[in-house]
Amino acid sequence: MVLSDFFARLRGDDDVTASGGTDGLIKPTKVLTRFLAGLDASQHPVLLDLGPVVGSNVTFFGGEVGCKILIEDLSKDIERHVSQSKIAELPDFFEQRFPQDSETVSGILCWDIFDYLERAAADRLARQLTRVLQPGGVLLAFFSTADPQSTIHPTYTRHVVVDRSHLEYRPYKAARAKQRPLLNRDIQRLFEPLRVTENFLLKTHQREVLFRKPAQTAQVPFESPLAMR
Amino acid sequence: MNIGKSVVIKGELNGSEDLTIEGRVEGKIEIKDHSLTIGSNGKIKAQVFAKALIVLGEVNGNIAASEIVEIRDGGSVDGDIVSPRVAIAEGAHFRGSVDMQRKAGQESTPPKPASPGARQAQMPGQVAQPTVR
Repeated sequence: MVLSDFFARLRGDDDVTASGGTDGLIKPTKVLTRFLAGLDASQHPVLLDLGPVVGSNVTFFGGEVGCKILIEDLSKDIERHVSQSKIAELPDFFEQRFPQDSETVSGILCWDIFDYLERAAADRLARQLTRVLQPGGVLLAFFSTADPQSTIHPTYTRHVVVDRSHLEYRPYKAARAKQRPLLNRDIQRLFEPLRVTENFLLKTHQREVLFRKPAQTAQVPFESPLAMR
Repeated sequence: MNIGKSVVIKGELNGSEDLTIEGRVEGKIEIKDHSLTIGSNGKIKAQVFAKALIVLGEVNGNIAASEIVEIRDGGSVDGDIVSPRVAIAEGAHFRGSVDMQRKAGQESTPPKPASPGARQAQMPGQVAQPTVR
C-alpha cells in the first residue's frame, strides 16, 4: 500500500478516484516468482523499472529483494510525445533514452509498455533493453492478446506487487491507447538474442513472458595457438 | 529553522538542527544528524545529506539519508537516493535510482548520474555521493 492510500484509509476516505490511487483488481501472476528467482543469480541485483513509480514496489524490490532500483517511467515519455504530437520521434528518442552502460542491469520490468508502442518504437526500445541487460539477466514483459478496443478513455496500468504471486492492476488515465497486439513470434524476434524462458497465456487476454539473456559464450582468441604454429 | 520562499542560497548549507526549506538552494545541503523538509515551495538543485528527508517540493540532485526519505504527494525528486527506507506516495514524481542496501554517507566516489536532471545538479567542487559497494 502506498502512503497516500494509507493516509486515505486512516481518514476513512472510500471515494478515491482511479487516478488518485483506488485499489485495483488483484490478479495472480505466474511469472513474477521466476523473475525474482532470476535476480538471485546476481549478488547485488540492479533492477530497471519502466513503469510509473510505485512506493510499495520500491520497498518490495529495494528492501525485501535487495535490489538497487532504477526508475525510468516510459509512460510519461509516451504521454509527452503524444501531447506534443511527436509520436513519430519516439523510436529515435528511445535510442538515446537509457544512460546505463551496456550489460549493467540484472533485471528489467517492462510491465505492459510494449502494448502502447508501434513496431518501430518497440524495436528500438527492445534493442536498448537487450543492450543494458547483463548476460544471465532477466526481463519481464506483459503483452495483450486482445485487439485494442476503441475506448474513449484509454488507460495505463500501475502494476503493484501484492506478493510474489499476485499483482494489483491500477488503471490511470492515458493519452494513448494500446496498439495492435504483437504475435508470439514477433515478440520473440523483437527481443533477440534474449531467449523466452517462460510464456504464460492468462485468461485475462494477457501474455506474461520472461526472457533471459544467454550467458556469454567463451571468447574465441583472435589467433589460436594452433594457427601460430 | 525555516528558510523562507524568497530566500535563494547558492553554495554549501550545513546545520545541526532540523530544517525546513521553502526557498531555493543550489549546491550542497548537509545536516547529517537532523531532518530536512523541502516544503511545497522549495526548489533544491543540490546534493543532500540528512538523517531524514521529507520532500513536498522539488529536489534535483542526489540524496543520502541515514534513516528515511519520504517523497509526498506532489513532491518531485530527480536524482539517486541512498537510504535504508524510502517511501514514495502516489502522485509523487521520481526519476533516478533507489538503493536501500547501501549505507548512506559511507564513502565517497561520484556515482553516475541517473538522469539528465541529476546530471545537471552535479556541479564542480561538490562533494561526491557515497560509493557503490
